[in-house]
Amino acid sequence: MTSPAAYQVSHLDALEAESIFVMREVVAEMERPVLLFSGGKDSIVMLRLAQKAFAPANIPFPVMHVDTGHNFPEVIEYRDQRVAELGLHLIVASVPEALAAGLVRESADGMRNRIQTPVLLDAVEKHRFDALFGGARRDEEKARAKERVFSFRDEFGQWDPKNQRPELWSLYNGRHHPGESIRVFPLSNWTELDVWHYIARERIPLPSIYYAHEREVIERDGMLYAVNEFIRPKAGEERFKAQVRYRTVGDASCTAAVRSDADTVEKVIEEVAATRITERGATRGDDRVSEAAMEDRKREGYF
Amino acid sequence: MSVEALAQADSETARPMDLLRFATAGSVDDGKSTLIGRLLYDTKSLFTDQLAAVEAVSAARGDEYTNLALLTDGLRAEREQGITIDVAYRYFATPRRKFIIADTPGHIQYTRNMVTGASTADLALILVDARKGLVEQSRRHAFLCSLLRVPHLVLCVNKMDLVDWSEEVFERISDEFTAFAAKLDVPDLTVVPISALKGDNIVSRSENMPWYEGPSLLHHLERVHIASDRNLVDVRFPVQYVIRPQSTTVTDYRGYAGQVASGVLKPGDEVMVLPSGFTSRIASVETADGPVAEAFPPMSVTVRLTDEIDISRGDLICRPNNAPAVAQDIEAMVCWMDETRPLQIGGKYAIKHTTRSARAIVRGLHYRLDINSLHRDDAAGELKLNEIGRVRLRTTVPLLADEYRRNRTTGGFVIIDEATNRTVGAGMIVEMG
Repeated sequence: MTSPAAYQVSHLDALEAESIFVMREVVAEMERPVLLFSGGKDSIVMLRLAQKAFAPANIPFPVMHVDTGHNFPEVIEYRDQRVAELGLHLIVASVPEALAAGLVRESADGMRNRIQTPVLLDAVEKHRFDALFGGARRDEEKARAKERVFSFRDEFGQWDPKNQRPELWSLYNGRHHPGESIRVFPLSNWTELDVWHYIARERIPLPSIYYAHEREVIERDGMLYAVNEFIRPKAGEERFKAQVRYRTVGDASCTAAVRSDADTVEKVIEEVAATRITERGATRGDDRVSEAAMEDRKREGYF
Repeated sequence: MSVEALAQADSETARPMDLLRFATAGSVDDGKSTLIGRLLYDTKSLFTDQLAAVEAVSAARGDEYTNLALLTDGLRAEREQGITIDVAYRYFATPRRKFIIADTPGHIQYTRNMVTGASTADLALILVDARKGLVEQSRRHAFLCSLLRVPHLVLCVNKMDLVDWSEEVFERISDEFTAFAAKLDVPDLTVVPISALKGDNIVSRSENMPWYEGPSLLHHLERVHIASDRNLVDVRFPVQYVIRPQSTTVTDYRGYAGQVASGVLKPGDEVMVLPSGFTSRIASVETADGPVAEAFPPMSVTVRLTDEIDISRGDLICRPNNAPAVAQDIEAMVCWMDETRPLQIGGKYAIKHTTRSARAIVRGLHYRLDINSLHRDDAAGELKLNEIGRVRLRTTVPLLADEYRRNRTTGGFVIIDEATNRTVGAGMIVEMG
């Protein structure tokens, strides 16, 4: 018999195997799963893992995008292209439509992060989804550090951090009553660097805004925001051109860019490995509201 | 230099990073948060904005020092009450390994969390304060690690700076713990004298303790040999999902998807499928990236057999001459995790074991274990939250199971309340009838 040392797997292989296991558990045990696909790098990696989990069969569930209406055109283009390539069914839960229908009201600061939650919950109810794959990772944020891989939500989509199900070994409990649902996070144990290493290894194409490019920006709250139809310079804010890239892709009205020369995946890996600021800390205006901003949003049903 | 020679010369660094999961147990008093903060900080896994946020909150609360516990205690309730209530997962990496820390609160009322964190751990790290020596809590943690069969245990004797770096103090604690661990059947124990606050023996060897000849903590974590912890002998492949493409391009495809629990599967191997007992051969072992010559833990693969036999989720592929038990009467150590209702004799529950679900009735409770004294109470009639006892169960369908001490995957199960759907217990199989 070969020595045990020969049966080593790399950390990326171990993470991949775990994520595939999680996705197969969901499809085997749940009735109506859906994958949240925003065109962001984490959901792109999740989609690749879904391809791998069920090959040679097709991905056995639809994908859904909660569209805030504040989009980066490069990301929407990527989303549509990917969905077409894989022959997926795309459901768009639209915040602008919900605004028009009076389901939600624009918040005073214009950020749509918070109002996308009722839109998401409405779509879940309409399509009767009982399992939602999300690309959230535990290394992103301290409230997420305590979230389960299978995260139970009540009939209002709420997360109760003090009432989470213990999760032992690889035994995931997806049982729920009608109307309740489970958020599933296959990338729970991945870090930002793991995601980038995987993108490099699998040669996964990404929306171009993840790589360094020149863009007209303004500086606000110490972050660089692209000047576009959603963000206009206020008095005293100066427009200038800078070499930037996006570390995260979210709502275009509250996602900032970072200065970067990393125009290839290898350079991004170097940059991420050397950076001393978390990706959300560097790029998300929505997390700066309070110490527990993420926990509060999650309680309401946010990812 | 040729490419081969370069690869040879570079084999040490070219070795792919592997993954080590470890659990830590203890309270703020033991310096656990300081230790984790230091590991993250010294491996550059702690970010400046995280540190700044923690410093700001500490200052606003009037803490005298930067309270690194705030890094992991992210929930409102935890911050308000100044306690850790749940398992927090933290990540760091060195060029050799990626580490996943399951950071669990140490108090007895959080036994449930420690059991959860230990269930997937390759290694557990227990801290004691050098000034206090072993306390009830240290023994309890060691017991839970042995119950969950965590293969490697590390005792960190912390705050050595406060006992004048005394070898004598260290040796006394080390000897006492080693003697205790021997009774628990702990397979591998390492004891390291450290000062988490000053950084001694964390990343590099301490100059304050020349008498200590062992490795620094990080050195040990990077090099502890975990490859042979995996069971490569007993083939156990719980079928998770049957892949049958409904497609015009791929026809007549039938593959059994799952994650290898133990053993090595190869094309051509004779296999047996349980519970039916039918035998066949492995035609191929496939992944989305193509067929592989062998599959072993923790790979997720798809196995195809040479014969058409009826196999579904919850079945298990093994070897004809090495099969798990097919049993409906189960003896298990159970840790109860529900605060609302205790485990009761006669109680009926759902259980999940590998990819198989069943219902079970509690036929008996042999004893409840006092996890501090290890005393057995034979008169116990129920198990309350955080209590552990030996339980006899009868299941509606046979489980395809091994003793937990032989196989953590086919030996562990969870108990689910059928009314609330909550996970209410964790079981480790001791024997099967």
